Amino acid sequence: MSYVADVRALARKDLLLELRARDTLPAMLLFVVAVFVVFHFSLPDRSSDLAAGGLLWVAVLFTALLGLGRAFVPEREQRLFDGLVLAPCDRSAIWLAKSLATLTFLAVAEVVALPIFALFFHGIDGVTVAAFVLADIGICTVGTLVGAMAVVTRARDLLLPLLFLPLAIPILIGGVGATVVGSPGRYLLFLALYDALFAVLCWASFEYIVTE
Amino acid sequence: MSGPHGTMAGVGRTYRIPLPALAAASLVLVTTALALVFFVAPNDADQGFSQRIFYVHVSIAFTAYLCFGLGAWKALLHLWKREPAADLESYVAIHQGVIFGALVLVTGSIWARISWGHWWLWSENQLVLFLVLFLFYAAYFMLRFSIDAGPQRANLCAVYALFGVVLIPVSFLAIRLAQRFIHPVVFTRHGAAFGGWIMVAYLVSQAAMLVLAYTLYRVELSGKRLDARIRDLRRVYA
Repeated sequence: MSYVADVRALARKDLLLELRARDTLPAMLLFVVAVFVVFHFSLPDRSSDLAAGGLLWVAVLFTALLGLGRAFVPEREQRLFDGLVLAPCDRSAIWLAKSLATLTFLAVAEVVALPIFALFFHGIDGVTVAAFVLADIGICTVGTLVGAMAVVTRARDLLLPLLFLPLAIPILIGGVGATVVGSPGRYLLFLALYDALFAVLCWASFEYIVTE
Repeated sequence: MSGPHGTMAGVGRTYRIPLPALAAASLVLVTTALALVFFVAPNDADQGFSQRIFYVHVSIAFTAYLCFGLGAWKALLHLWKREPAADLESYVAIHQGVIFGALVLVTGSIWARISWGHWWLWSENQLVLFLVLFLFYAAYFMLRFSIDAGPQRANLCAVYALFGVVLIPVSFLAIRLAQRFIHPVVFTRHGAAFGGWIMVAYLVSQAAMLVLAYTLYRVELSGKRLDARIRDLRRVYA
């Protein structure tokens, strides 16, 4: 049970930090709306709704990337990593808590972004929402691990998209497929498979990212 | 800040085939393979002469997968058994994989141009998969060269290499799924049976590419180890 308590304490720290500093979430919200406006002007008049549905996924992916890029900034700036690693808890708890915190930010951003998308472009069905729930899990689990990698490199913010986007291509395929295809079952299944596979891999390997 | 792997530059105690023998074997095999592909294997009924690039293309692709697999295996050995040489071996294997992967893209592109009239086809799953892998492993190098050498770099690279080997089947599946909404038409590649001289030419090409890749792997590895030893010596005598 102490594992759950550790995760809760760590996630609570991240959420509290965001609640007080408001560093990440407002930026993500502004960004996603700005991207929608950019997309409106990059879609010519007769472009199909399908194209808008695909672009919605791109917008969310980039918004997530923005949040993930900020995820480990407090740890880096306050030199918190050493403290976290020294703390008597399983190292994977750090990853899980950070994933949950970024998942919360992304979910809040989507709760705002999806209705705005519906307002600007076209309505969104339940399948798309389900696909976003599944995709968010994959984005945040993998993204958090890759973010922890990027933050210790010299290139930092430059490296995160390069490391993350090739890993996110399957998520995008699953998500766009679920949005545009008539029978989305296999795409949702694929997203669930991706989540399970990579969550286990991240959980098992995070320790090696933060220790030597 | 050079890591401890530099001092472990000595070749392992297990017996290894000497490099000159490997180089000779790859020369003979590659020559034989080319002779078989160009002069012995029959023309394809549908695609004629141009289909012969497949002997090279497919065997290179298989070799590239094996290199990525070897890189991930060595990464696992680094994380699990803490083998001191595994980090460098993993890096070199992935480097060879990326070289062969780039060749897959080039040969596939040439084939696409001749067969379908376009340099790039999104409907060719294998090509698209190699593009994704190429991007992924190019990022691996960005990661590697953006951290100082040491245990942390070895760990990060090993974890990323392991992600790669999981990404291969996942991407393969995803690209297959994407065909349904991006390109509904799927080309079937071979109608003809896969036997006789075709089989022989393919198997020899495959063997040639595998031996060539292993030779290059060994050459690069010994070069990198020499570099590391020289760096260590310089530091000692500085």
